[in-house]
Amino acid sequence: MVRILRKIKSAAVNPLKSSQPLGAAFAFLGVEGAMPLFHGGQGCTSFALVLFVRHFKEAIPLQTTAMDEVATILGGADHLEEAILNLKTRTKPKLIGVCTTALVETRGEDCASDIANVKLKHVEELAGTEVVLANTPDFDGAIEEGWAKAVAAMIEGITRSGARTRQPKKIAILPGCNLTVADVEHLRDMVESFGLRPVILPDVSGSLDGTVPDRWVTTTYGGTSVEEIRELGTAVQCIVIGEHMRRPAKVLHGLTGVPFAVFQSLTGLRAADRFISLLSAVSGAAVPARVRRHRAQLEDALLDGHFHFGGKKIAIAAEPDQLYQLATFFTGMGCDIAAAVTTTDMSKILQKVPAEWVQIGDLGDLEALAAGADLLVTHSHGRQASRRLGIPLMRVGFPIFDRLGSQHKLRILYRGTRDLIFDVANIFQANQHAPTPEALDPFRKREMPDELRSSPLTRH
Amino acid sequence: MTSLSAKIQDVFDEPACDNNRGKDAKARKEGCSKPLTPGAAAGGCAFDGAKIVLQPITDVAHLVHAPLACEGNSWDNRGTASSGPTLWRTSFTTDLTELDVVMGQGERKLFRAIREIKETYAPPAVFVYLTCVTALIGDDIEAVCKRAAEKFGLAVVPINAPGLAGSKNLGNKLAAEALLDHVIGTVEPDDAGPYDINILGEFNLSGEFWLVKPLLDRLGIRVRACIPGDARYIDVASAHRAQAAMLVCSSALINLARKMEERWDIPFFEGSFYGITDTSEALRNIAELLVRKGADPEILDRTDTLIAEQEAIAWKKLEAYRPRLQGKRVLLNTGGVKSWSVVHALMEIGMEIVGTSVKKSTVEDKERIKRILKDENHMFEQMTARDLYAMLSKHKADIMLSGGRTQFIALKAKTPWLDINQERQHPYAGYDGMVELVRQIDLAIHNPIWGQVREPAPWDCQLALEDDPASTKNGTATVNAFNEFAGATAHHFGDR
Ligand code: SF4
Repeated sequence: MVRILRKIKSAAVNPLKSSQPLGAAFAFLGVEGAMPLFHGGQGCTSFALVLFVRHFKEAIPLQTTAMDEVATILGGADHLEEAILNLKTRTKPKLIGVCTTALVETRGEDCASDIANVKLKHVEELAGTEVVLANTPDFDGAIEEGWAKAVAAMIEGITRSGARTRQPKKIAILPGCNLTVADVEHLRDMVESFGLRPVILPDVSGSLDGTVPDRWVTTTYGGTSVEEIRELGTAVQCIVIGEHMRRPAKVLHGLTGVPFAVFQSLTGLRAADRFISLLSAVSGAAVPARVRRHRAQLEDALLDGHFHFGGKKIAIAAEPDQLYQLATFFTGMGCDIAAAVTTTDMSKILQKVPAEWVQIGDLGDLEALAAGADLLVTHSHGRQASRRLGIPLMRVGFPIFDRLGSQHKLRILYRGTRDLIFDVANIFQANQHAPTPEALDPFRKREMPDELRSSPLTRH
Repeated sequence: MTSLSAKIQDVFDEPACDNNRGKDAKARKEGCSKPLTPGAAAGGCAFDGAKIVLQPITDVAHLVHAPLACEGNSWDNRGTASSGPTLWRTSFTTDLTELDVVMGQGERKLFRAIREIKETYAPPAVFVYLTCVTALIGDDIEAVCKRAAEKFGLAVVPINAPGLAGSKNLGNKLAAEALLDHVIGTVEPDDAGPYDINILGEFNLSGEFWLVKPLLDRLGIRVRACIPGDARYIDVASAHRAQAAMLVCSSALINLARKMEERWDIPFFEGSFYGITDTSEALRNIAELLVRKGADPEILDRTDTLIAEQEAIAWKKLEAYRPRLQGKRVLLNTGGVKSWSVVHALMEIGMEIVGTSVKKSTVEDKERIKRILKDENHMFEQMTARDLYAMLSKHKADIMLSGGRTQFIALKAKTPWLDINQERQHPYAGYDGMVELVRQIDLAIHNPIWGQVREPAPWDCQLALEDDPASTKNGTATVNAFNEFAGATAHHFGDR
């Protein structure tokens, strides 16, 4: 039983979270021709936008209803209406994804009926543009929740309901927000290699993969099409990656009866095996030779890599599903989780994290708990703690703004796990400490042997 | 809220603001922030603007009283540099939850947060930022700050600039008001001297003020407070004892400069450290102001000597770039920086300015730019993303200098680009800074990638070849084609 340690501080120090509306916008960005719209003050949008740009190094479409003082007093419905109509005329999006913020939620605005009214009033003007709403106040949740809510909202608002004729080769995939562009691309290849046709929602590999378009586009280009979302109900099977995507899958199931299977992580040999077995079973096809080779390569990486991992202490701060993905990977390689910090106590996955306890908190907590660890694992904001503690940092998740190419790092299935082993082992090798007479002196101040502490005799 | 409205009225009514000089009393009262268009707005909020101004004060704990969004999405994102304390880079927020909001526990949580910070970090001051949600639920941060200050015996400063009050620019000014109300003048220095100055509105981006400060040191001029770049709380608190001030980057902190003149008789001038002539002019103005306030006039000659010496070095260094940059076309698309002096220096080494935005320039700046450019068609207020992209993809400029917002327009149009706003990586102030800017322009324009990314994929050019039936049937032709292709490849990637 994992102990969940609740927050007791009043001041969050160096936040781990990015906000919930940002997570929702992120999901909308995985849809073709989409324009996420924050319903709140202009500053919230500006901050989220800058953060996206710093992470993806791309122009990111994101707009705001620009609530000002007057709107805050009188209510935001007019601003919402004006924003939707303006976006429609200026950028002709196929989807406007409204994400509420703390400001309008604190006012207790009924945005769902506001949007319904706008749609009713402007049927003709809004033809060809879907408008969906995710209720994402900043004072709740973080990226995972926002992302999942946006996907659920898209399914609820766009997918045609009712039991449909199933297409035997069509697989709906709902990936969690911790999957990178490379992960999603690889997932598609893998599913296709079994002769199946995947529809991935959201598909950031089409829209945030850093390609150079031949014209200037103000919405997203690439990603899941609205038409594909509409026809999601004809899939024969839905595959969910990450616990936080269970709810959108349930919504899809409720609407259309499509059965779903949840993979809490696709990283690690066993998880990959399970996934490939499912594909083989659904398609009736044998596992392709290429995939078998990938598996053999991973076996080899496990053999070569494990020397570097055994007994290492890892301190991780990440959102629940990513925490689970990484913690299971590290313990699967023989490491110990010295500290596990996450954003919320709401997720069921936390009970499965292979650590004694999980702290709900921030990077200040990570810094306090990670002393003596061999590796910090969190997003770019961990850099200050890493420098102060003198412990190397592996950057994962969002945001990563001080390293290039994070979206092109593969972290799932056989190949992703293989790459992950190499990346981590290389960090360890790059940070080896040379032996010194002082460190090895039998009369040095010896610490009491402690299960979690690695032997001072091993070089690391 | 009413005291905030009064403050806003007050800063909009700024008499020293260039734009205001042209307005009548009524137009002034209405303020300069145009209402935003929902769905077509850009830019940060007042909180953002306040934080930009205050956060570079390095030993202060900046505590944001808000749900996560205001701070969680924006911390540790500024390029200002500190020569000592790092506390300013640590992020503090009350991270209000739904429960806090519903139960009205905001103020209590804030008070406890201040105590935690005091106990753990013992900073000389805590700055507490009000934001939309905490303003909306009516949290009285002034009262909480006052109580905390008394209880914990340290400065706790309320920053009353919630996002819904308006734009980033307004936030800049509200931050200045907070300094005037709560910080400046609260500490008496014991070492005030006749050569003490303040530099206002200098952010020390990428440490660039350190390119300038040694020049002042050489002249025996002491920077009492640089606000906010690399400042310590105590510097700001005792800034009222300076003799003179320079206001960098005209619009942002003008109220600060003017009110310091009013209250403490610190005369100021507006100047810039960007460009060679501007740097010299700034140094000269500082010396003159000090003399006006009673310093020994011999400093004027020393200043002139230093300027002559430094200018000569800088121009000589710049001259080396002339052969590589002569005739290259520059598009300047920047809001804040007073660009005319940079324009002047670039033209001096033979570069051509094909456009410059004057959105935030003053009337005076515009006149100067017009005089230098000789063609006012090259001045524009603002260009849409689409127009900018169209212009750049037709290769009507060899490089664009701008801020991060338009970065990807240039890059996707396969045009060299250099960041000259907040997030930039290089220091551009002073004489050496100008040389650095030109060096970066040179590096950007002459990077070998441009040749590679602008050419289409070779197989797209080879289509005609494949369509030719002779080349597939005839063995020699195939070999020829192969050689041609291989040659072309070597040409594309080989030594250039
Ligand atoms: S607009 Fe308001 S809620 Fe949004 S970031 Fe600015 S202060 Fe915070």
